[in-house]
Amino acid sequence: MSNQIIQGILLGGYYALIACGLSFMFSVMRIINLAHGSLAVLAAYALWFLALRLHVSPFVGLLVVLPLMAAIGWALQRFLLERSARGGALLPILTTFGLAIVIDNMLFEQFGANTRSLAPYIGSLSYDSWEWPGSIYVGKLAVIMFATAVVLLGGLQLFLSRTGLGRAIRATSEDPDTSGLVGVDARRANAVAAAIAMVTVGLAGAFLGMRATFDPYAGAPQLLFAFEAAVIGGAGSLWGTLIGGIVLALAQTLGAQVHPQGFLIGGHAVFLIVLFVRLSMAGLSLRSLLKPPSRSAP
Amino acid sequence: MSPVSPVIERGTAISRIAAIAVAVIIALLAIAPQALSAGAIDRMTALFIYVILAAMWNALAGFGGLVSVGQQVFFGLGAYLAIRLADAGLNPFLALFASGIIVGLVSWPLSLVMLRLRNGEFAIGMWVIAALTHLLVNLDRLVQGETGTSLISLNVYDAGTRRVTIYWLALASMSALLAILFGLLRGSTGAAIRAIRDNEDAAASVGVRVTGTKRLLFVLAAFGIGIAGALWLATSITFQPKTYFNVQWTAYMIFMVLVGGIGTFEGAILGAVVFFLIETWFGGTGVWYLVGLGAIAVLFSLFLPRGLWGTIEERFGLRLLPVGYRVTFPGNTPANDGTAPSLEGTTQLQEKA
Repeated sequence: MSNQIIQGILLGGYYALIACGLSFMFSVMRIINLAHGSLAVLAAYALWFLALRLHVSPFVGLLVVLPLMAAIGWALQRFLLERSARGGALLPILTTFGLAIVIDNMLFEQFGANTRSLAPYIGSLSYDSWEWPGSIYVGKLAVIMFATAVVLLGGLQLFLSRTGLGRAIRATSEDPDTSGLVGVDARRANAVAAAIAMVTVGLAGAFLGMRATFDPYAGAPQLLFAFEAAVIGGAGSLWGTLIGGIVLALAQTLGAQVHPQGFLIGGHAVFLIVLFVRLSMAGLSLRSLLKPPSRSAP
Repeated sequence: MSPVSPVIERGTAISRIAAIAVAVIIALLAIAPQALSAGAIDRMTALFIYVILAAMWNALAGFGGLVSVGQQVFFGLGAYLAIRLADAGLNPFLALFASGIIVGLVSWPLSLVMLRLRNGEFAIGMWVIAALTHLLVNLDRLVQGETGTSLISLNVYDAGTRRVTIYWLALASMSALLAILFGLLRGSTGAAIRAIRDNEDAAASVGVRVTGTKRLLFVLAAFGIGIAGALWLATSITFQPKTYFNVQWTAYMIFMVLVGGIGTFEGAILGAVVFFLIETWFGGTGVWYLVGLGAIAVLFSLFLPRGLWGTIEERFGLRLLPVGYRVTFPGNTPANDGTAPSLEGTTQLQEKA
């Protein structure tokens, strides 16, 4: 059992990775990007394509794909989100949902329905493991994934609190108009934030491909996982996302123990329970579940 | 403000003609199966279901300000409960409507939690509900997981009777649901609904019961979409959870409403007809058709957020099925309500983003 708990915690690292971009973008731009999961799958396909055709290791491939994802994030903000956000809070939901449909079906058109994986291209890493005391085997990949999540969340936290650009992004997320008065370029801050969010999405896509398989329509479940982890961990800091991811993964592990089809049910159920408890505790004053991570930064 | 007292009307000459036209169209559609081929009857039934889906999603998003990407939950649940009720021995045609009513009842407690979420949170929260419901329905032995099952008891009717009966049921459901929505929007609740659509906080501050009104729309949409799901089951007989709980259904609803005109009563109907035609002509192209739908939805939300009908209405001051009030001042041209000082009924659409 303790073995499963450790595996669950490590899987939580993946959910934190995929959730942090979603929660970050929401905290800065108040937009939930419904194409979030599809973009992660897009990044996984890009890495897979590089590995298959050019024999580039997915880790090296990230050097190409992550800048590309940053560019996509920047373009997404400038050409899609910025424009649709002017039409109210509802239009960005519709725009990003439409984008998700376009991405999913383009991937299907290009690469077909087959499930793919990056595991064959990372050598023995996909099945290597360390033995821990108590004859517990932990996959090296899972540990790397968890460490990446911790480093990424810590890095984001430092970036937001210590750098000028990070402070500009935080100021914009608090109040774009007032921050504009004191010389912050809100458009630039938002575009940079979207680019950063997409870099995290690219990383999450890479780990999705390495630890499991994916297909053109794998984006929707990833979006749901990201959203659930972000909401469960919600209040407070980026570290909440990590806790949210771990809780989600543990609930799924527990669900799988109870019933063969219980993995996903366990995850969704814990999300709804947390939601229900939080809503009944907060009362009607609750405005938003995804609290901005920047608020708690010093 | 003005020495001449304004004239407040609820309709125009054109809208009165339109009302008669609607009655004639429904009557013609009712006798149409006499002249239509079996394939055409099935296609028309699909169109009626699309109109229901578009109108219900529009009621929720366009009027209630609640964008959900999980409406397939009610579609799938409508079909699933119809299977369950028919399996329990209920007449299959009755089961279709009993199922819709149960879906409506189920949606009420659901609304207590979900309506506390805002915007994107509500949107994805509903998606989670849909995913969870799909998984739970899969657990039912009767459904046999993704293998699915079928509405076997419909087979006691011969194919011709079945086809025409489902056609009439779909036509009647569509007309009734549209009439309910129209009545709701034109009545006193309608003023509240439009006030919420335009500015929720302001509406609450003048005493509009925001949550109660939204709940009404949520339950109505669940009921309507549940019936649509049950009708779809009746036309296709087989029930596979994956098909019915597919997010594609919500994608279709969003497409229809965005293209037709979000927040306008006529727009949803127009959008359903446009979608029906596109599907008829390009549905065979498979994946590119879906890419096209997504792309058109993005383009409309970016460049024509009011959709086709919203744009037409604004350009020509046209109201076919008016749900609001229209204020004109003697001396001004009645059609030109963009320049005349006007109250909510006529300006609402200009303010609507």
